[in-house]
Amino acid sequence: MSQTEFKPVLLGRIGKPDSQSLASYRADGGYEALAKSLKMANTEVIDLVKNSGLRGRGGAGFPTGLKWTFLPKDVQGPIYLCINGDESEPGTFNNRVLIEEDPHQVLEGIVISSFATRATTAYFYLRYEYGRCYRALQKAVDEMYANNLLGKNILGSGYDLDIYLHRGACAYICGEETGLIESLEGKRAWPRIKPPFPAIEGAFRRPTVVNNVETMACIPHIINHGSEWFQSMGVPKDPNNPRDAGSYGPKLYCISGHVNKPGLVELPMGITARDLIDQHGGGVWKGRKAKAVIPGGLSMGFMTNAELDTPLDFNGPGRVGCLGLGTAAVVVIDDHTSMIDVLYNSCRFFEHESCGQCTPCREGTAWSTKILERIREGKGKLSDIDLLMEIANSIGTIPGTTICGLADGAAWPIKTAINKFRGEFEEYIKSGQRSQSLALAGAH
Amino acid sequence: MSELSENAKQIIAEHLPRYPSKQAVTLPALHIVQQERRCVSNKAMEEIAELLELSPAQINDTASFYGFFRTEDNPLGQKRIWVCRSLPCMLRGGEELLAALCEKYHIAPGETTADGKLTIELAECLGACDGAPCILLEDELHLRCSLEDVERIANEPNAPTKKA
Repeated sequence: MSQTEFKPVLLGRIGKPDSQSLASYRADGGYEALAKSLKMANTEVIDLVKNSGLRGRGGAGFPTGLKWTFLPKDVQGPIYLCINGDESEPGTFNNRVLIEEDPHQVLEGIVISSFATRATTAYFYLRYEYGRCYRALQKAVDEMYANNLLGKNILGSGYDLDIYLHRGACAYICGEETGLIESLEGKRAWPRIKPPFPAIEGAFRRPTVVNNVETMACIPHIINHGSEWFQSMGVPKDPNNPRDAGSYGPKLYCISGHVNKPGLVELPMGITARDLIDQHGGGVWKGRKAKAVIPGGLSMGFMTNAELDTPLDFNGPGRVGCLGLGTAAVVVIDDHTSMIDVLYNSCRFFEHESCGQCTPCREGTAWSTKILERIREGKGKLSDIDLLMEIANSIGTIPGTTICGLADGAAWPIKTAINKFRGEFEEYIKSGQRSQSLALAGAH
Repeated sequence: MSELSENAKQIIAEHLPRYPSKQAVTLPALHIVQQERRCVSNKAMEEIAELLELSPAQINDTASFYGFFRTEDNPLGQKRIWVCRSLPCMLRGGEELLAALCEKYHIAPGETTADGKLTIELAECLGACDGAPCILLEDELHLRCSLEDVERIANEPNAPTKKA
């Protein structure tokens, strides 16, 4: 399918008048997928999602149907579905738009997924900052209860489900699935040591699935159109890599930073960063060139201008040294911007958001920020560059020194910035210049 | 006298049946108290603890983890504005906006104006990078904000929000 003939799926109803209401959602065929699912066996729904090749849209790209099969088979007592609406990765806003503009699409996916996983309670964990989303969701959930789409005996099927909205309190770490569970339980959001994985012991020590909002929005379409339809979009499995699960389906790409038209677009997975920026982001602003581009949220690190023909599928960014596709949030940095200021901003973010549980992350994010502060003040030493790399190589789940991946996300911008822009760092330090943004004292 | 209002107690009671543990109502309880009182006092934490059958230390442990909740010696002003400083906003003037606001109101991020009307906070990514620089007024996002926009928003809490 070429991009020109692609018709948006997940954003198909966005911009229509009254797109948030149950009446308009139903007029567009809404909840037909739910009615169809409830007539199937729950295992048939799981198989359909598994066969579609849908991979989680939250950042890690784990196959959704496979995740569902990790739940124990003969479990007595409750199973929980948690929806991760803590979208906080810098550059990422796709879930906000989905929820604000078409809450029923997401909620239908949640009911179907709950039915598939035999969950009878779903907790929708939503970051506090998304107040408008919260109100849109609450209104939609109320409409669902009033129309037998939630509560007891949904659509006469005998299946019962409650959905509760749970608001966060402004902490990035709640997007990590076990941090989310701890936060839901009323505790500090310290990620848990795994195993046990949430499927075995998650929320309230019960079997739990945690899924992303965009992942949920894909589910009704897979039920309606089938797994082959879903696999007709995107990038097939790499035949030379038996572990590749493919990059199928439509994907929301966020475009922000130095482009003429920041915004959200939906495309079959696999567009290159260059085409995304030029054809959908209106090109780099002010007639400038891109110096660096983040392919999928800040944690993924940087691509250079020469790497922009990389396809944004689950495998592409990794081939050029980035951590992965992440949230497919593309941030463009123009050639007038200092990579020292950009990396400082990144380190400061992760220092602010480190939960403090693991020493390598707490100290590594803080010291990398301090080193960059020193460089920005014109007092850096050339040895600071290797020191930053040493920190980056020592923190995270990849060297095996932390419980969760936050520190990997802190390390990747450092590694890619220094590997790909080392000359700029050396020149900056040698010149002894001070960052122009230090004048913005109030902001630091 | 009780620190928690009847409304707050009722909201906490309404949340209890939603979760298999009372502790899970900690965040909803902290939210409703801070919304009403602009802070969560020690006495309020004791009362929440009693309702949730926890120790006050457990409530404090959670409340203090999230920079969001204010102690009684540092309450919020009547309005709380967060200005995003993360990378997508920084690239489009977020830090300049935060610095200009702090200069305008003579306060540093995290502080409240002397008249108690406005608290300015620095925020990490607010999730509105399509509208950078963006701010958050209480829990409503406002996109593509200039200093003048923020001043107007600070003066009229019900001003229509700019949409994406």
